[in-house]
Amino acid sequence: MTEPVQVLVRDKDGKEGAPFTLNLGPQHPAAHGVLRLILEMDGEVVERADPHIGLLHRGTEKLIEHKTYTQALPYFDRLDYVAPMASEQCFSLAIEKLLGITPPERAQVIRVLFAEISRLLNHLLAVTTFALDLGAITPALWGFEEREKLMGFYERVSGARMHANYIRAGGVARDLPDGLLDDIEAFCTPFLKFLDDLETLLTNNRIFKQRTVDIGILTKEDAIAWGASGAMLRASGVAWDLRKSQPYDGYETYDFDIPVGTTGDCYARYLVRMAEMRQSVRIMRQAMVKMPTGRVMVDDFKVAMPEREALEKSMEALIHHFKLASEGYRVPRGATYTAIEAPKGEFGVYLVADGTNKPYRCKIRPPSFAHLQLLPLLAKDHMLADVVAIIGSLDIVFGEIDR
Amino acid sequence: MDDLMTTYLRPLFWMLLGIGGILAVVLGGTAYLTYAERKVLGAIQLRKGPNVVGPFGLLQPMADGLKVMFKETIIPTQANVFLFIAAPVMTFLLALSAWAVIPFDAGLVLANINVGVLYVLAISSLGVYAIIIAGWASNSKYALLGGLRSAAQMVSYEVSIGLIIVTVLLQAGSLNLSEIVEAQKDGWYIFSLLLPMAVLFFASALAETNRSPFDLPEGESELVGGFNTEYSAMIFALFFLGEYANMILMSAMTTILFLGGWLPPWTALGFVPGFVWFALKIALCLFVFLWVRGTLPRYRYDQLMRIGWKFFLPLSLLWVVVVATVKMLAGGA
Repeated sequence: MTEPVQVLVRDKDGKEGAPFTLNLGPQHPAAHGVLRLILEMDGEVVERADPHIGLLHRGTEKLIEHKTYTQALPYFDRLDYVAPMASEQCFSLAIEKLLGITPPERAQVIRVLFAEISRLLNHLLAVTTFALDLGAITPALWGFEEREKLMGFYERVSGARMHANYIRAGGVARDLPDGLLDDIEAFCTPFLKFLDDLETLLTNNRIFKQRTVDIGILTKEDAIAWGASGAMLRASGVAWDLRKSQPYDGYETYDFDIPVGTTGDCYARYLVRMAEMRQSVRIMRQAMVKMPTGRVMVDDFKVAMPEREALEKSMEALIHHFKLASEGYRVPRGATYTAIEAPKGEFGVYLVADGTNKPYRCKIRPPSFAHLQLLPLLAKDHMLADVVAIIGSLDIVFGEIDR
Repeated sequence: MDDLMTTYLRPLFWMLLGIGGILAVVLGGTAYLTYAERKVLGAIQLRKGPNVVGPFGLLQPMADGLKVMFKETIIPTQANVFLFIAAPVMTFLLALSAWAVIPFDAGLVLANINVGVLYVLAISSLGVYAIIIAGWASNSKYALLGGLRSAAQMVSYEVSIGLIIVTVLLQAGSLNLSEIVEAQKDGWYIFSLLLPMAVLFFASALAETNRSPFDLPEGESELVGGFNTEYSAMIFALFFLGEYANMILMSAMTTILFLGGWLPPWTALGFVPGFVWFALKIALCLFVFLWVRGTLPRYRYDQLMRIGWKFFLPLSLLWVVVVATVKMLAGGA
């Protein structure tokens, strides 16, 4: 009786035993957005999984070619809408590299602080919806409570809960409001307690382990060969993190560890994400301690908007404001591939500037895209319920896959 | 004429009144079980649950009932219309008809028959048909897979439920539910040799009613809605009410078989009417149903079958032997 139920179907020629094809999504509770998956199954065992993408295609890359650099930035919020500021940071770093400017130290620390808040936002959603896919409904609602607080920090610093448009080329849009750092500090300790509570529901839960251990194993070699990054890669035993290997925004000055898994299965990916959240809190605390004073935007009116007050007193400031608002800044000819360690993995931007105020080409390298292509490899010979678990552990977002 | 009155019409009247009473209690209980589920899950998940319709949201079940009644019943073009509608009706009827033999208090039972246990088993087994029919008649792949899973699951767990009940029968020496309760006067079966069986019975009840962590037939993250994917409006509500009525029924069975039915926990508390104890014990079991749902992830299909056949079945079989041996040794001494 442990054998899966055989579903006999007839194909067009009336031949019995053709594979049972199941169209999973795009409107499916476990599709994590608009994933459409064609599953060829033998009973409940998946023989072939064929992901179809493009249902959320908005032409972001092409649209960016027709926008100034400042106007293009909000599109990055809408790529990985689970952790918006991470993508913003990558695009801003790319522009800064082409412009040859470095943001002030305070701006860099704020960026690190909010990059780690974004990582918490992402991992909270990833871990709890992964549990939801396995049928555990409570973690998701607990997690959303914490996400709500983090989005509150987003709102206080930028005015928007999701699409912040906060990390700009040359620094950040505005300085931190009074009292925000105290509130973030007050958030950290209860949050670590929350992570402990979450782990009591999942980490040693027998059913959870039975559903995740040895499911969707990604070997070290496969992970590297298929371009996996982030938690996917680290869960397979490769200690690779861009924050360590090619630090940006001063990550080399922070003291944190890279959690690495050994087995490369869904459970290892879950554990790595949980451990990364604790490391993120560690980085956030260091950032808040070292938060320097000073400007949060480069002191260069060719790139940065002048202060509002200055417009009424200085003709020069008014001219700069008009030029920046009407045509933006010009970026010298050049090309760069700039990558950051986004919560989901390596998020890269290949930016080609032709000396005008608009990018010539902006190719986005989203981590989810590389991870989704792993699905047929990981899902083969697993059962239908495991495919759902694997999708959950991939941590994909269609905003950045379809772009 | 007088004869007809006393021998037929008067008993018939009382019987109809009894049926009406049971229906009212069970349907009311079902409606408020949906409310209780949302409130309990809400408390577990740090939110409020329904709190807008009426005081503390107490009128929410009525609002939901009105809503499903006024919604459009959508029947898929490819579906077999007769079976598609018959399946939920069947689930609902079966869930209600099993209540005929459940004793609410000493002597408070509609049909005090000697094969009460067998009747309940037979009726709850028939529920499988409704789900298979629903899965097949919907003509949808998700529903079909859900129906197949459900059939396999319910059949498997009925086997172990049967054996667990055999251990209770060995102890009680009767198939009559009232007598099984009376036999627990000196100690509820859950506090005896039968404790492991009580746990197994409750776990099997979770599987039998397709509840978490065995809710794969309708596991929404895989099969959308399982066998009721294509159902909407009132015919969906019939499935839904049937499932909840079954939950109450299985809780009632747990109460009767292991928790001493209407008996008070201490004889000093005997002044409280029996049906109150019965209702409280059922409520306790139902709370565990909801608690489990709020806590555990879902088993995978093959894992579920493995537990049923390789763990529950051998263990309950072993326990039949153990109980029989103990009984024989005690009786022989």
